[in-house]
Amino acid sequence: MTSATVTREEADLLERLRAGDERAFEALVESYYGTMLSIAQTYVRTRSVAEEVVQDAWLGVLKGLDRFEGRSSLKTWIISIVVNIAKTRGVRESRSVPFATLAAGDDEPAVSADRFRSANDAFPGHWWTPPADWRALPQDVLLGRETLHVVTRAIAALPDAQRTVITMRDLAGCSAEEVCETLAISEGNQRVLLHRARARVRAALERHLDG
Amino acid sequence: MRARGYGRRSNGISMADNTEHITCQEVVDLVSDYIEAALPSEQAALFEQHLNFCGGCMNYVEQLRTTVASVGALREEAVPADVKAELLAAFRDWRRT
Repeated sequence: MTSATVTREEADLLERLRAGDERAFEALVESYYGTMLSIAQTYVRTRSVAEEVVQDAWLGVLKGLDRFEGRSSLKTWIISIVVNIAKTRGVRESRSVPFATLAAGDDEPAVSADRFRSANDAFPGHWWTPPADWRALPQDVLLGRETLHVVTRAIAALPDAQRTVITMRDLAGCSAEEVCETLAISEGNQRVLLHRARARVRAALERHLDG
Repeated sequence: MRARGYGRRSNGISMADNTEHITCQEVVDLVSDYIEAALPSEQAALFEQHLNFCGGCMNYVEQLRTTVASVGALREEAVPADVKAELLAAFRDWRRT
């Protein structure tokens, strides 16, 4: 699962696709359509634009299928196609997308410094206002529509690289290795981007849940 | 809930100055790597030692796990029938060219 190149299973699938096997294509669509749509929605403003992005991405997949050399896994190749198209569409729309301009600078701490005790306190660097216990919250609040909308908007507000890393890792379920390979970034860089992205999404959730 | 005394100057119990420990503020920067099992073993040990004493950081770790799960929950599964039909038509076109 962590392999960043084509697996044996994917190699078989590729062969069937290139031979024009409709069932193989249908299986591919079923595996990735939902993931692609969710990724696209973090880059563009509306679901209908996201659907167009995914449609274009599939056409891109068909166009590239014969030339695909298997240097990345089929999955990460497909995801990078949808990310690229979604990014382009997102940039084009960005004048009318207020959340894109709200993205904070990269040096923002994971948790605001005023949540911690100061240097002249008896326990400097320890919680002043500790986080709440979310295990006490009901599942339908935690994973309800409203909460998931908050998560989508929080991801949409992230700087590009963070957004791509968190969607690939935590939404699409790619491995760290697959992400590094696709984005040509180091393992350490991938971890930092993921850390920052998760911290910001958590902060948005906290504002929503503990409001 | 407060972080319990766990620091260099904890409630009159004298700890050697070189006692290694990490603060809550440092913990929050390590949680993502901890979940990834990407912390070097020495740092992971300090991290877990801290969690044993600190309810606030325990909650933070849980919150970050919940965050990861909620991002995963955005994934949609079903492909609408009309979309599938359109894509299959595109595939047939592609095959003919």
